[in-house]
Amino acid sequence: MTSLAMIAAVDPWILALSLLTVAGTIAMGFWAAGRSRTAADFFVAGRGVSVGWNASAISGEYLSAASFMGVAGMVMSSGYDALWYPVCYACGYLFLLLFIAGPLRRFGAYTIPDFAEGRYDSPVFRKIAVVFVLFIGCFYTMPQMKGAGTTLAYIFQDITWFGHKGLPYWVGVVLVGVVITFNVALGGMKGITLVQAFQYWMKMFAISVPVFVLVAVHGGYGRQLQANGPEVADIMAAATRAAAGTGRPDVSLATADGTRRALLPTNAPADRVWLNPFGPLTTKAAKAAKPAAPADGSAVKPLDPRPYALVYTYSLIIALVCGTAGLPHILVRFYTNPDGVAAKRTTMWVMILIGVFYVFPPVFGVLGRNLLPALYAGTGSKGTDKIVLELPRILSGGGVWGSVLSGVTCAGAFAAFMSTFSGLLVSMTGALAHDVYGRILKPTSTPGERMRMFKWCAVALGGVATLLGSLVEPLQINFMVGQAFAIAAASYFPLLFMSVWWRGMTMKGAATGMLSGGTCALVAVTLTNFSDLGWISLAGFWSHHPLLRILCEQPAIWCVPLAIGLMVVVSLRTRATVPADIRMKMLVLHAPEALGLKQEYIREHEGHAH
Amino acid sequence: MSSPEPQVSDRIHSESFLHSLMRRQLRLSVACAGAFLVVLFGLPLANYFAPGLMATRVGGFPFTWLLLGILFFPFVWLIAWVFIRRSIALEEAEAAEVRESDARR
Repeated sequence: MTSLAMIAAVDPWILALSLLTVAGTIAMGFWAAGRSRTAADFFVAGRGVSVGWNASAISGEYLSAASFMGVAGMVMSSGYDALWYPVCYACGYLFLLLFIAGPLRRFGAYTIPDFAEGRYDSPVFRKIAVVFVLFIGCFYTMPQMKGAGTTLAYIFQDITWFGHKGLPYWVGVVLVGVVITFNVALGGMKGITLVQAFQYWMKMFAISVPVFVLVAVHGGYGRQLQANGPEVADIMAAATRAAAGTGRPDVSLATADGTRRALLPTNAPADRVWLNPFGPLTTKAAKAAKPAAPADGSAVKPLDPRPYALVYTYSLIIALVCGTAGLPHILVRFYTNPDGVAAKRTTMWVMILIGVFYVFPPVFGVLGRNLLPALYAGTGSKGTDKIVLELPRILSGGGVWGSVLSGVTCAGAFAAFMSTFSGLLVSMTGALAHDVYGRILKPTSTPGERMRMFKWCAVALGGVATLLGSLVEPLQINFMVGQAFAIAAASYFPLLFMSVWWRGMTMKGAATGMLSGGTCALVAVTLTNFSDLGWISLAGFWSHHPLLRILCEQPAIWCVPLAIGLMVVVSLRTRATVPADIRMKMLVLHAPEALGLKQEYIREHEGHAH
Repeated sequence: MSSPEPQVSDRIHSESFLHSLMRRQLRLSVACAGAFLVVLFGLPLANYFAPGLMATRVGGFPFTWLLLGILFFPFVWLIAWVFIRRSIALEEAEAAEVRESDARR
């Protein structure tokens, strides 16, 4: 009886399309996992696959809940400042292509720990390098879990849960966490090209089709932005006064050129602030600042927030662009090409596929501001992060087509957080089971023991990720992913960049720089999160030191130079420990593959071993 | 690879070959990154020093929104396209150079 009532309260279209996605993703994962059993199959799954499929697969792996839901939510809440996220997510790939992808491909290291060991002939360094796979993975899974909790809270918003209306956020997180964890532990969900490629086209369809329909009904991207311009300020002000009189604040008004727009709740940023290049996101710290009163007793001058916003913007750009080049799960995909030329053509297509995708989420943000501003009043999973899911529902006044399109975006969201969460769980579990357990704790373990350990690690890590995910409801999805990028930018990016281009690097230099930069970034963003979640009280301190707040929230601007600087200094002081065959290593990294140096290098290494 | 086993040549293992190899590749990468970073880092500066110009409306869009939200993507594609073409040509030239010096021996 109660279960019937619960189902009746859920939109059938949204539920059906979402369930179809979950079932389809799991089924495809197991189908594909059954066809490829060995690690080599997993890593080189793309061999013999065309450039188009491979490019789609890389793009499918990359687009997470942050891209699908978070970008739109953040553009809606912050405006122009948030545009840096989609642009740098897409363009960070260029940095990867220019400096890192080619040499690493030639070197033939599948993962960053593989590369760390091969470049410095040091199994010890491999163990050190693996640490940040876990840290970055944890920070990256939290926003995926927020996406899961938000989506399920949206789908089941009208059910009754122990006397309360709507499914609590944490229940959604636990549900999705359990399903995916067991799926990974049982061996499904490996990064198979076909599944990932399918995921890309599904996400692309789910984000673009609703945008085209919404824009056709409510007016184009430019016209919607025009409806936020100064020319409508008077109309908006008049409508606000009129609505205040009637006590109905959410009336719609037609602006000068006929674009419809709903009134903003009081806590939404004003049009002028929202469109400002230094808007709510980047000026937040400076606006919260309380400058000390001047000694001469004159009135306190408010801070000019713009210089602070400039620092914030640059730090964010550095984190995202360098971080993309240091993400552990992205590099692996460069080996799924038969040769270097195909790898480069694939990268070109990846940049086009990702770039086209990232045009759409900000449109959702702009439309959401004009058509569904009620979300500004919500917090956590009821806030702007769910705009992509809810906005299509306003079509045909909540009729069937609105439901279908909302179901489509919910399905896309499931595809986004499920694929990214399982990919991250696989790579974190692999690091823990193979590197930490198999190489450090018990090097004598049998393959059977390691396989069993893989399952236990998957369950343990899945549990940790679920717990962390259920705690971060107040933080924005996109913001958390940006933090994972900042940690990657301060740890793996300097390691890869310097190891590839400077032959004077030593293992001690690499380790010192990577650990210091990465740890500083980790501590800084953790402090920010603890403060934002209200676990520690730093607001008073930060109101006196807004610059410190910005440097904690976006640490890349000092952590990346710190890591690179330490690498240089320590390497110079330990110059004697540069690997003996460094010239050969550099040749393998940089000489064209047609010269066949890799084979020669392997022969030489085997020669030494015997 | 179906290509025949390449001959191990002295040219490949010479210090000057590695040096010129890395320098040419790095020069191409740095040039492309420079074009990218000038625009990426220049946009916040333009917003800072010319807010009026950047807020000009173009087809409904504030100019800076149009640049960042839409036009930046094709710009990056262009850089990637140029880099990929040049780097493939560079690799071919390097391989040809090694083969030539081997033939002269």
